[in-house]
Amino acid sequence: MREPSPADFAGWGRCPVVPGRLVQSEDLLAITRGAALSRGLGRAYGDAALPATPRDVIAQTTLADRLLAFDSATGVLRAEAGASLLDLNRLLLPRGWFTPVTPGTQFVTLGGMVAADVHGKNHHQAGSFGEHLVALKVRVADGRVVECSDAIERELFRATIGGMGLTGHILEVELRMMAVPSPWIWSESERIPNLDAMIDGLRQAAHEWPFTVGWIDCLTRGAGLGRGILFKGRWAERAAETVGGGAPPAFRRMLRIPFELPEWVLARWSVRLFNTAYYWRHLARVRRGRVHPQPFFYPLDAIERWNLLYGRHGFTQYQCVVPHAEGHGPTRRLLDLVASRGTASFLTVIKDFGAEGKGMLSFPRPGITLTFDIPVRSGTAALVAEFNRLVRAEGGRVYLAKDALTTAEDFLAMEPRLAAWQRVRRQWDPGRTLRSAQSVRLMGDSA
Amino acid sequence: MLGATKGIGRALARQLAERGDRVFLLGRNADDLARSAKDLEIRGAGGLAGFALCDLVSPATFGPALDRAHQALGGYDCVVVTAGTLAPQERLEAEPALAAELLTVGFTHTILFCEEARRRLLAMGGGTLCVFSSVAGDRGRKPVVLYGAAKAGLSRYLEGLDHRFRGSGLKTICVKPGFVKTGMTAGLKPPPFAAEPDAVARRVVRAIDRGEPEVYVPGIWRLVMLVIRMLPRAVMRRVGF
Repeated sequence: MREPSPADFAGWGRCPVVPGRLVQSEDLLAITRGAALSRGLGRAYGDAALPATPRDVIAQTTLADRLLAFDSATGVLRAEAGASLLDLNRLLLPRGWFTPVTPGTQFVTLGGMVAADVHGKNHHQAGSFGEHLVALKVRVADGRVVECSDAIERELFRATIGGMGLTGHILEVELRMMAVPSPWIWSESERIPNLDAMIDGLRQAAHEWPFTVGWIDCLTRGAGLGRGILFKGRWAERAAETVGGGAPPAFRRMLRIPFELPEWVLARWSVRLFNTAYYWRHLARVRRGRVHPQPFFYPLDAIERWNLLYGRHGFTQYQCVVPHAEGHGPTRRLLDLVASRGTASFLTVIKDFGAEGKGMLSFPRPGITLTFDIPVRSGTAALVAEFNRLVRAEGGRVYLAKDALTTAEDFLAMEPRLAAWQRVRRQWDPGRTLRSAQSVRLMGDSA
Repeated sequence: MLGATKGIGRALARQLAERGDRVFLLGRNADDLARSAKDLEIRGAGGLAGFALCDLVSPATFGPALDRAHQALGGYDCVVVTAGTLAPQERLEAEPALAAELLTVGFTHTILFCEEARRRLLAMGGGTLCVFSSVAGDRGRKPVVLYGAAKAGLSRYLEGLDHRFRGSGLKTICVKPGFVKTGMTAGLKPPPFAAEPDAVARRVVRAIDRGEPEVYVPGIWRLVMLVIRMLPRAVMRRVGF
């Protein structure tokens, strides 16, 4: 049925939850007409894919998931915006093709990957998702359907990459897939004693390894601040690395969180227990081996509905990037801030970014990016404000696909690029009819 | 396949194509069919999937469409019908034209299409005719008086067809899905046991391979409907489902 029906919306962090109207069909052209925003699999953590008002219609794209063209010589793929990365991986990895850039979950749609201009463990080499796009088909606010690329309607193209769905409804995505030598990952991981060693390790690994990321034990302070495990990977190539492998077995979800867990479960003591065990379980020597791409890229996809771990009030994922600095002062201060707070970050991830991409409002820029998962409690907004004060001062910025709690003032100070992006948006949508709860919160859109 | 561009039909066509079956699509929108055919071609191991126009509203299209499929595939051994319409009981009560269309398409025309397919399959020495009916046809119930009536008639037809021609090599499969989360049911509140199209399709593929005459999906509905069929009228009259 094509009529919108009332529904409650939340991001993956389950905070905030807001009412709106939902419409869903295989026919994206029909459901995006008059809709305020498109939404895919709902993995944006905060309010990026939430309605601005209860009247606003959100078009859910996930039923529009057809592959429209695939050139098995060049790897160029065109698909409807609701096609999921899970589906692409399942179909194309056995044939030797993988997405050029993958976020940390495969439960995302192509449209969502464009709107957030997602990045992955290979950002230092491959850049963000937008760098690999050939063209987009977009329904703009006045109802027209516009094909855009670097050659035609270039500004719309670049404003839509990382534009959080606010420049138009993304209908079709065309991208260049990446040829891979095998369906396996060759991975190395090592224990890292402190932050300096972690950042040096990331930097050194960047030349040799296409995939790098660090996990940090966020509760250790002092000399061990920033200690953790550094993961490096590349597609397995040599016969010895893939021997006996063949195609990797299908990925199964191992665990399902059955219900919302009580909030005491994820507390400082349990995080400390986990972190300590995880850190020391990894022995001092380097661990090497062939691993399945799915646990390598998507460790949390194995736990269905893991967002329920955080309990009734949900959680926020805070991700920022700060430019490189002598002595890693800003990164150190951010980590120290988290470590000193009562609410621990269950998962803390560090990564060095490569060059800035073509998206006018895309998140990645050269520097160090940190990601914290923080349960939403009474002091969480204040903690985010403290993070933001630091990030602002360093010339860094936050990731809109994660954000739920940044203030408009902080956002404006972090985003000198906003005015240029708004100018393009105004050309295509002078009345700002496309909007989200996030664009009302951060960009001055009317509710 | 008639009705493979959306919902359960889309999921089913994909699973058949991915395992190497050659699938030919019938439907009423050429653009939509072309996009689905391309999708199946990319996913599939069976090569190019063709399509032809066929509309359950006009029986004149049935024979020519099936003949086009024959030409393209060089014969076929299975015909699947997932197409159908659904409208709320209240709307059907208020709009006689809508009720007439639902009854005509869901019962008479679906059966006429099956007859065309039946003749051709038998001429080729048999095969499988797999048609989507519904659990709604198993008992007269308040929310699905008209829809249920059409589906009840369709289920009976399929049962009779199976009895009559199984000996001649034509297996008829009556699929009875419960609530499935598709575009057709979007906006309705999913009841208990609501199923995903992929899971339903997996079960139907197995039923086609085994030639099961009647399939409830998810399987729990066989039990649920058994109980509901045994409920006395006095109870059915009082409850809302």
